[in-house]
Amino acid sequence: MHVEYNIEGGDFTRAGYASSQIKKILKQSGVDMDIIRRTVVASYEAEVNIVAHAHGGAISMEVDENQIRIVLQDVGPGIEDIDKAMEEGYSTASCAVREMGFGAGMGLSNMKKNADMLRIESEPGKGTRVEILMGLGKEEILRSKK
Amino acid sequence: MKVKDIVKILDARIVCGEGRQDYAIDVAFASDLMSDVLTLKNDHVLLITGLANLQTIRTAEMSDINCIVFARNKKASPEMVALAGENDIILIECRYSVFRTSGLLYQAGVKPIY
Repeated sequence: MHVEYNIEGGDFTRAGYASSQIKKILKQSGVDMDIIRRTVVASYEAEVNIVAHAHGGAISMEVDENQIRIVLQDVGPGIEDIDKAMEEGYSTASCAVREMGFGAGMGLSNMKKNADMLRIESEPGKGTRVEILMGLGKEEILRSKK
Repeated sequence: MKVKDIVKILDARIVCGEGRQDYAIDVAFASDLMSDVLTLKNDHVLLITGLANLQTIRTAEMSDINCIVFARNKKASPEMVALAGENDIILIECRYSVFRTSGLLYQAGVKPIY
């Protein structure tokens, strides 16, 4: 299964729409609720980051029997120092982002805590690519089908 | 504690989910920072917040939080009510501060997460 959504930079009224759709699809697919929650928390934080920092981007999800793979690709300023950005509390967010309840420097660490695997690649001045992988063990699939 | 008891204690009003007054919460968490809310893993959480915007509702949706109290007289917009309705999230508006809201509910036996 493959789905893809566009994300508008700066449009906070739509921030979270893609992650909401992803949650609905995973629920319909019978994925374990704990895995769904961890997946959408990671994707939502990443989606908010695109809205907050980038000009725009896209989020895609592929699901097969073994894993959920979510890729977020944006066009924007990129991240100059990824290690620094991963530090809890480090933030370059604007006042507008903070007024929305984000921008406290927790997004990337929340993503890392919830994803089974998180990969971030960024080119300053061009954009950022975030990949979130979640394992779907056979046991979890069998449990969710009962 | 049931939603109807929360409404009574806080002298508050339900603006979304009127028909679900028997929904019961186990614990409560107060924050205006949505990234803090997204770290929660508990079920049946009540969120107490002074942050009233669409991202508050989205955050609750992602965290499986089904009940929000807006303190400090913050109002839910029609868009927020519509989004909460789609996701079975109960919205309560209360004129008390976050501190007073939390204190009254704590005194009445609602447990904290941490």
